[in-house]
Amino acid sequence: MDLNSLMLMRHELILTLLILILLVVDIVFTGENKKKVSYIAVGLFAVYTVIGFLPLKEGTLFGGMFETNRMIFTFKNILNIGVLLISLLSINWLNNKSLKHQKIGEFFILLFSSLLGMFFLISSRNFLMLYLSLELSTLPVTALAAYDIYSRKSSEAGIKLILSAALSSGIFLFGISFIYAAGGSLYFHDLVGNIGHSYLSIAGLVMFFAGFAFKISLVPFHFWTADVYEGAPTPVSNYLSVISKSAAVFILMITLFVTFRELIDIWVPMLYGISILTMFIGNFFALRQQNLKRFLAFSSVAQAGFVMMGMLAADKLAVATVIYFMAIYIFSNIGAFGVVQIVSIFSGKENIDDYNGFYRTNPNLALVLMLSLFSLAGIPPIAGFFGKFFLYTSAASKGYYLLVFIAVVNVTISLYYYLLVVRAAFLRRSDNPIPYFKNDVLTRIGLIIVVVSLFLIGLYSPLYDYINSVVNVLNI
Amino acid sequence: MDILTLFVVIPVLTVLALIFSKGIKQHRVVALIGFIIQTLMSFNLIYQYLHERAAGNNDVMVFTKDVMWFAPMNIHYAIGVDGISVLMILLTSIIVLTGIFISWKVDDLPKEFFISLIVLASGVYGFFISVDLFTMFVFYEIAVIPMYLLIGIWGSGPREYAAMKLTIMLMGASALLLVGILGVYFNSNADGGALTFNIFEIAKVNIPISAQKLFFPFLFIGFAVIGALFPFHTWSPDGHASAPTAVSMLHAGVLMKLGGYGIFRVAMFVMPAGAHYWANFFMVLAVIGVFYGALAAIKQKDLKYINAYSSVSHLGLVLLGLLMMNEIAWKGAMLQSLSHGFITALFFAMIGVIYGRTHTRIVTKMSGLLNVIPVAGALYVIAGMANLGLPGFSGFVAEMNIFVGAFQHADTFHRVITIIAVSSIVVTAVYILRVVGMMLMGPTTPEFKNLPKISWYEKTGTYILVLFIVLIGIFPFWWGGIISDSIGPFIEKILTF
Repeated sequence: MDLNSLMLMRHELILTLLILILLVVDIVFTGENKKKVSYIAVGLFAVYTVIGFLPLKEGTLFGGMFETNRMIFTFKNILNIGVLLISLLSINWLNNKSLKHQKIGEFFILLFSSLLGMFFLISSRNFLMLYLSLELSTLPVTALAAYDIYSRKSSEAGIKLILSAALSSGIFLFGISFIYAAGGSLYFHDLVGNIGHSYLSIAGLVMFFAGFAFKISLVPFHFWTADVYEGAPTPVSNYLSVISKSAAVFILMITLFVTFRELIDIWVPMLYGISILTMFIGNFFALRQQNLKRFLAFSSVAQAGFVMMGMLAADKLAVATVIYFMAIYIFSNIGAFGVVQIVSIFSGKENIDDYNGFYRTNPNLALVLMLSLFSLAGIPPIAGFFGKFFLYTSAASKGYYLLVFIAVVNVTISLYYYLLVVRAAFLRRSDNPIPYFKNDVLTRIGLIIVVVSLFLIGLYSPLYDYINSVVNVLNI
Repeated sequence: MDILTLFVVIPVLTVLALIFSKGIKQHRVVALIGFIIQTLMSFNLIYQYLHERAAGNNDVMVFTKDVMWFAPMNIHYAIGVDGISVLMILLTSIIVLTGIFISWKVDDLPKEFFISLIVLASGVYGFFISVDLFTMFVFYEIAVIPMYLLIGIWGSGPREYAAMKLTIMLMGASALLLVGILGVYFNSNADGGALTFNIFEIAKVNIPISAQKLFFPFLFIGFAVIGALFPFHTWSPDGHASAPTAVSMLHAGVLMKLGGYGIFRVAMFVMPAGAHYWANFFMVLAVIGVFYGALAAIKQKDLKYINAYSSVSHLGLVLLGLLMMNEIAWKGAMLQSLSHGFITALFFAMIGVIYGRTHTRIVTKMSGLLNVIPVAGALYVIAGMANLGLPGFSGFVAEMNIFVGAFQHADTFHRVITIIAVSSIVVTAVYILRVVGMMLMGPTTPEFKNLPKISWYEKTGTYILVLFIVLIGIFPFWWGGIISDSIGPFIEKILTF
């Protein structure tokens, strides 16, 4: 293996380097200078994100355990942008005095380590590799969830997350062992066509799926979601809801479409049912939430149901559509969580009623919130509409009109609760509104990027065409 | 830039200009300039359109433009207009312009008010110029969602409830629409071609009869909810009653016309077999709407509710005309769309004028207003007379056409339906004259002795509307001619499929 082929792992290598640099930086800067760590971390990550877009060769490493191609490369860049935005929005919180400890370096090191795990996850072409990277991506997040150690809820979130993650890993590993028994290999490419239709392989598939369903928080594996999102620091909930979820969706989709192609008659009905359940339960629970973080947690559960619907078609267009939707979802959710986070840091208010009269005091933040929520609901001309429409198209292309109908009914339900937030922020007045406050430059840059992307990704179709062109690397 | 895309671009530019303008005076002027430009553009469009037709251009759609948007799904930004859409665009621009005059004094968040209004208008323009189902759907939703803010922020009464009800019902309708559109899309390769969203490409394809029977109701109801088809009309009275004046005008005047237009241009045009199969069923619903709307209007005390139910009744006639499946009735339905747009806008404008002075909309609390505000009273009477179909105004021409068309069917079913529909005119006269009698005539209520006179901006707005109502009434053939010139393709496709 020479340097050239190692460069296939460019994303991972540079990210590892970045983490090492941060470890040193964290030691060097102490006391009052500690705040600079966050700026250095975000600055370096921004440079790294740009480098990530440089053209890359395709190929495999480690005897086929690690693969990179245009599709994976594109998805890693999408994740990079997402993490960059989350970091931008979290600086204000990290430097805030309300956070009693000053472990700023650790926050970024853990965040980036988890991202590193995501990268290995979506690049892995072997089930053991998949398992290892899944652990690498989950463990740092559990530490992050408990990051605010002086808050009971945060510690509770950490414990809940690690327990559910451990359980799901266990189920996942059990499933993998069944698959190994049925197919005789752990490599994806060996397994294609060799899994067979036995109880063993089906049980393996189901357990493998259940493991991922925890990560994506599909019903009935969603119970941890609301508690963890509510308890964890908001940037971490944000990370969990977008980056963690999209990486898991991506690799689940690839394994189902390629490796488990043989069992398509098993997993399509499974996805069909889970999609309906997830949409309805996510939406119905979201209807009754007062806390915005719980609200967004259930909304993200419901969104996962829509993604499962888009995956039913199991063709290249479905892959492109799901990637496109996840990209849009990342921006929409970061926008919504971002505003909630900013307001929560400034005023400590997290309930929907607290937002009464929000537009009259903070018009810009209220607009970002509204646009993000409309994007989640799927209102044109904001990107979320295009993402959802293509998911419907994908499902309808195989004749699942009933499911599409159920999904659009769910969109109407979801519109209701998204409008509840808009109602509080725009329609209502309050004697005690959240007062006007100024955001720092980085936060504003982050939110502006979100808003511009929300319009651009939808209306500017070449982005969709590009995603469509990169999925051609798949052999399905 | 082609003259149709400008209808979407100018509103966007106006919105940008509004964002950077400061103070209510600047907002008003910017919004007014924007809408005057749009009105001039719509006049120019009619002129250019007639010119094009006179020059012998016999294409179904003129000024077409087709840009590939999302290639993998064959989605185009495809636009074009025929006579019907040109007139609808004119209607939109006039009503928005007069709406600006009527809401000259909006004081709470004026910038946001005008921006929402403009976004709504751009959605409506976009809807009328689209010939691609995807583009059309996008514009439809853009037109619906600002209603939530417009009613919710600037409305009165139970505004939060009304705004939510309206938005959820209309968005629920768009959900049906979406399923219908996808159903049509995935059947558009029935003859072996590529999948397409283009209405005229789809119309060339023989969509399987079973698919037409399945998906026609989705498209029909999807559009008919916004066209206030019974029993899906319930959002309309609440929404109108709570909305501010300009929004009621725009909503009843233009937005509800999206329903009839969409049914004609999309649902019936691409699925004629489905239309024939379902026609009788929906005709019954439409005629219930016509009669029930009129009866419900008699019972109301709130001026806006009276007018909202009147809209349900009159838009039921549009649907009825469309379902009668012949040229005259169709022409009448389209004329009724136009005519009702102007009349109802005038009505809501006058209600706004009266309410702005008396601060009540309850009919029984007012009396003898004609003595105090004679101009406003007279304009209200004009709107009422036009609404009940007095010859010389637009309502007569439109309804006459619909009923003449309807009577061409000789079977008992159509006869009964038509007779019920015609008799609704009598009921209409009852609720109009009742209001005129109670509110305008008689001794003046003491507390309303000194109401301020109607102001210049209100006059400007309403005079423009009266002008158009009279123009349609006096020159019906000019308006009808533009419509009949464009109805040919529909006859060919729907009647001889």
